[in-house]
Amino acid sequence: MARITASVYTSHVPAIGAAMDLHKTAEPYWQPLFKGYEFSRQWMREHKPDVVFLVYNDHATAFSLDMIPTFAIGTAAQYQPADEGWGPRPVPVVKGHPELAAHIAQSVILDEFDLTVVNRMEVDHGLTVPLNLLFGSPGEWPCPVIPLAVNVVLYPPPTGNRCFQFGRALRKAIRSYPEDLRVLVLGTGGMSHQISGPRAGLINSKFDKAFLDNLSRDPKKLTRITHLEYMREAGAEGIELVMWLIMRGALDDKVDEVYRFYTVPASNTAVGHIILANRSGK
Amino acid sequence: MALDKPYLDVPGTIIFDADQSRKGYWLNQFCMSLMKPANRERFKADERAYLDEWAMTEEQKQAVLARDLNWCMRTGGNIYFLAKIGATDAKSFQQMAGSMTGMSEDEYRAMMLGGGRSIEGNRYLGEDGDAQPHRQPQGARPAPRNKA
Repeated sequence: MARITASVYTSHVPAIGAAMDLHKTAEPYWQPLFKGYEFSRQWMREHKPDVVFLVYNDHATAFSLDMIPTFAIGTAAQYQPADEGWGPRPVPVVKGHPELAAHIAQSVILDEFDLTVVNRMEVDHGLTVPLNLLFGSPGEWPCPVIPLAVNVVLYPPPTGNRCFQFGRALRKAIRSYPEDLRVLVLGTGGMSHQISGPRAGLINSKFDKAFLDNLSRDPKKLTRITHLEYMREAGAEGIELVMWLIMRGALDDKVDEVYRFYTVPASNTAVGHIILANRSGK
Repeated sequence: MALDKPYLDVPGTIIFDADQSRKGYWLNQFCMSLMKPANRERFKADERAYLDEWAMTEEQKQAVLARDLNWCMRTGGNIYFLAKIGATDAKSFQQMAGSMTGMSEDEYRAMMLGGGRSIEGNRYLGEDGDAQPHRQPQGARPAPRNKA
């Protein structure tokens, strides 16, 4: 039986990817950030998952205004890193896990979450930067990845509560897969940031820290945050935090907080990172 | 019936909703086209001619030519799409975001290193934070030119 061992949350700023691609990680500007991920990289080596289920948002890369799925699961064998305008990032092709992905899609759709199923898409920094943060820059990624793209570009994204419930359905789906696999749910986005308009650069550390506290101990409370509150308190793009509730929903109610890191800034953004482990998921 | 927009009282912010998306469809699709190197080259070679291939409004084209991202957004642009123009110009996301505040690159970078823009005074229109309309553009103004 497959099982979810832990979930890892991290911001996914494109500049972090650029810093790695251009070998700038030792510069004073970037040092504090990469130092904050040293523990996590070690932890990932010691708790290597068989599959990563990666919740992220597409930044107008695979999905233009022609099609905007609210939840889209990748069931492909592989995903090419996209050219977002700067040229494709020099990172390995992302290998999928079509069998588990198809199983999850079937299970959650029958559980009344109407996913879009995607067999061909390119993946952007929203997916590859978190992999770099946790795995470094290997010649190939250490395990297959199942992408779940969540719309946070066109208002409204799914509600936080919907995301949390989706996480519950995801947990059920993974647990009903017959093969013995250790699945890590990895999620990205946030924390507080706004990257447009005269309010660009907004950071609300108080909001972010309270969010991390509740994510660990009282996630139900987070499901009541409205879209308006995210946008007002955490910036227009802070609304990406709804995605974190998918991962949290996929975990048990009581979890162990393994690690937490928070820093400001990375480019325009507050970077939050937390590892939560299921007590039963060893 | 009109869409409910409870977010209109957030200062210095345009939320990309269905109305903005409809208004900005071609502007944003033009931006998507810049994900192909050949299109970036054609755009750079003759921006006006390239823009004229798209069913954008004249105002949208002017906003792109001026690289005025706030103006682009008012006409329906979304930052994730507009970022493709910035990428074509070899600009970072920080440079793009900063350009919308009126601050110089150094000023904006310093604000971020100092912990970012404060939320205080910037939650609701009518407060007195630095993102409020009556405080734009931000940053030090260039010294007024003396008449010779």
